Amino acid sequence: MPTSFLCEENFAKLDKVIDKYKGIGGALMMVLQEAQGIFGCLPMEVQKVISQKLDVPLAEVYGVVTFYSQFRLLPTGKYTVSVCLGTACYVRDAQKIVDAIKQELNIELGETSKDGLFTFEATRCIGACGLAPVITINEEVYGRLKESDIKEILAKYNK
Amino acid sequence: MDLYRAHVLVCGGTGCTASNSEAILNTFQKELKKNELDQEVKVIKTGCFGLCEAGPICIVYPEGAFYAGVQVKDISTIVEEHLLKGRIVKDLLYKGAFEKDTIRSLDNVDFYKKQMRIALRNCGVIDPEDINEYIAMDGYQALGKVLAEMTPMEVTKIVQQSGLRGRGGGGFPTGKKWEFASKIKGEQKYVVCNADEGDPGAFMDRSVLEGDPHVVVEAMAIAGYAIGANEGYVYVRAEYPIAVKRLQIAIDQAKEMGLLGDNIFDSGFNFNLSIRLGAGAFVCGEETALLNSIEGKRGMPRPRPPFPANKGLWQKPTLLSNVETFSNIPRIIINGPEWMANIGTEKSKGTKVFALTGKINNTGLVEIPMGTTLREVVYEIGGGIPNGKKFKAVQTGGPSGGCITKDHLDTPIDYDNLIQLSSMMGSGGMVVMDEDNCMVDIAKFFLEFTMDESCGKCPPCRIGTKRMYEILEDITNGKGEMEDIERLEKLAYNIKASALCGLGQTSPNPILSTLRFFRDEYEAHVKDKRCPAGVCQELLTYSVVADLCKKCGICAGKCPAECIDGEKGKTVYTIQKDKCIKCGACLEACPFKAIIKS
Repeated sequence: MPTSFLCEENFAKLDKVIDKYKGIGGALMMVLQEAQGIFGCLPMEVQKVISQKLDVPLAEVYGVVTFYSQFRLLPTGKYTVSVCLGTACYVRDAQKIVDAIKQELNIELGETSKDGLFTFEATRCIGACGLAPVITINEEVYGRLKESDIKEILAKYNK
Repeated sequence: MDLYRAHVLVCGGTGCTASNSEAILNTFQKELKKNELDQEVKVIKTGCFGLCEAGPICIVYPEGAFYAGVQVKDISTIVEEHLLKGRIVKDLLYKGAFEKDTIRSLDNVDFYKKQMRIALRNCGVIDPEDINEYIAMDGYQALGKVLAEMTPMEVTKIVQQSGLRGRGGGGFPTGKKWEFASKIKGEQKYVVCNADEGDPGAFMDRSVLEGDPHVVVEAMAIAGYAIGANEGYVYVRAEYPIAVKRLQIAIDQAKEMGLLGDNIFDSGFNFNLSIRLGAGAFVCGEETALLNSIEGKRGMPRPRPPFPANKGLWQKPTLLSNVETFSNIPRIIINGPEWMANIGTEKSKGTKVFALTGKINNTGLVEIPMGTTLREVVYEIGGGIPNGKKFKAVQTGGPSGGCITKDHLDTPIDYDNLIQLSSMMGSGGMVVMDEDNCMVDIAKFFLEFTMDESCGKCPPCRIGTKRMYEILEDITNGKGEMEDIERLEKLAYNIKASALCGLGQTSPNPILSTLRFFRDEYEAHVKDKRCPAGVCQELLTYSVVADLCKKCGICAGKCPAECIDGEKGKTVYTIQKDKCIKCGACLEACPFKAIIKS
């Protein structure tokens, strides 16, 4: 695992975040959210620091991190491709979009491609049901998709 | 204040933003400047108009001209023709907004005609990032009235008399909740807004937060006054970045104007509001799980009683309602409780917002008076089923709800009628399905969802949803036996009776309702090993219709399993059934439609 994101600079940022929230009720969730923003994920090294400085048992920190699907233990690829599998997208054939992306990237849901470029995941409804089926690639939303669109869309990022 | 002769409203909701409405907004500004109209015409980014299908949408006032599917390249035409020369560009109007040479304004388009907008009244009308626009629409007037003229008891009474019921799922009388929370003695109380809209296929709360965030801020302050709380939290899904941003802007603006914070309107009443973000757990929409999540813990539900009104956030008395419920409050205060009590059916008052999605022509957000029939929603507002397909069912209530069939299309929609049909109002997802949707597959889809989202605290839900899913998987894979259907039913009733929270208790509903109305589909899967809708892959067989085959060999070239035999130009092609992986590539490739699945 590359460790460059676990640099001192990031830990200094984390300290500031912890100082900001320390003492506020429910601080743990907010610290974890910002910490993930800093590091991109929440590996043990980061959880340990949060546990010590917020004075919350590590078991509890780990418990919270693993409970919520948005917190991740491993770093993601440069681009996260998320297929919406909400009901509206599902009845409009989102499964076919999943299959097309699997084939194109050659990875399963939840995996990151070997070159570290793409992470592929399924997401719950993003509320763009009018455009179903939809995928998002980082912040970008693509809607009214057909399987045949996938290749071209991914190619834009594959440089 | 500057006066403008025309306004261009561009939708900035999630749907339209995804189809590039930001660029449209910028291009409008550029084009207006180029034509020296920027002092005469104002461009405003609003919340969702509701008709997401036609996005990106913009509306030009004073005419109310409804432009749909607008592209960046169209804008110079709209500016030069409509805004400069005063000629509405008919070709670019929404198709339903133009009939026999007369242009229909927005309110007269089929999609909006039967709607009644209370919760959504400002969505798509005002700039959600400008508090002055909300105030111009009577915003914060209700809060002023409450603080200046009414006692907390009177406020609670009005909410009770209005007959408002919780819009988030269960339909508990809102006034009762307020009464409980106000009567409990406690130094510290909280008001919490549930904006963790997790129901897949529902986006009404998001649209309110994106289009009219101040209504939630105002309503929560009113609730705080009524129950004696001076602190509030809005718990929002992190998946809704635009909603979070606009809500934060709203809170900051309200604070700056003295509409939040200490001594509001010089009344001595203090109220502070902050946002807490979810992190992707469906169960956090359950009220006690949500409270745990705000406290920074795993979002697992607590046993009830004690109810949050007694022991809620940090064990203090807490009033919890969802976004849509709150968004009704200011109107009730201003118009009086009788006004709302006169809308709707006997036991369900007011309106309900639904997210109409799936196999429907007009996808979008609709707000209708309670008592409207499903037929009106699907055919008149929704414009029917696309591609001439047959209507099969409407799914309401998301993973906790069920399916309603064509026999019940004339049922007036309200809380009690939907429950009688083994479904529920839920938060307002309404997913339309046509003949191509397999109901067993849909039940499996929802069970996969609840199985995934089960928090694991109680065994009936943790193990039960998994077992039900496994049985459904067997049935859709052609490995089901008739006893499986009975097992499924028994398991479903047991889980309903024994699970800890709403998620578990309602998780069998998609199965029970499809079993009630579509038992024949289950039996076809089990007995005949056949999927009537042609969805369940394992039960499909592909074959070539000899009469239609032109012997071109395209199918054989596309087949990844190399199981289509034949000689180009000479023999009709055939599929080896035992090797076929049922991917459907041949069916899609055949230009002569000579391959069928059955």
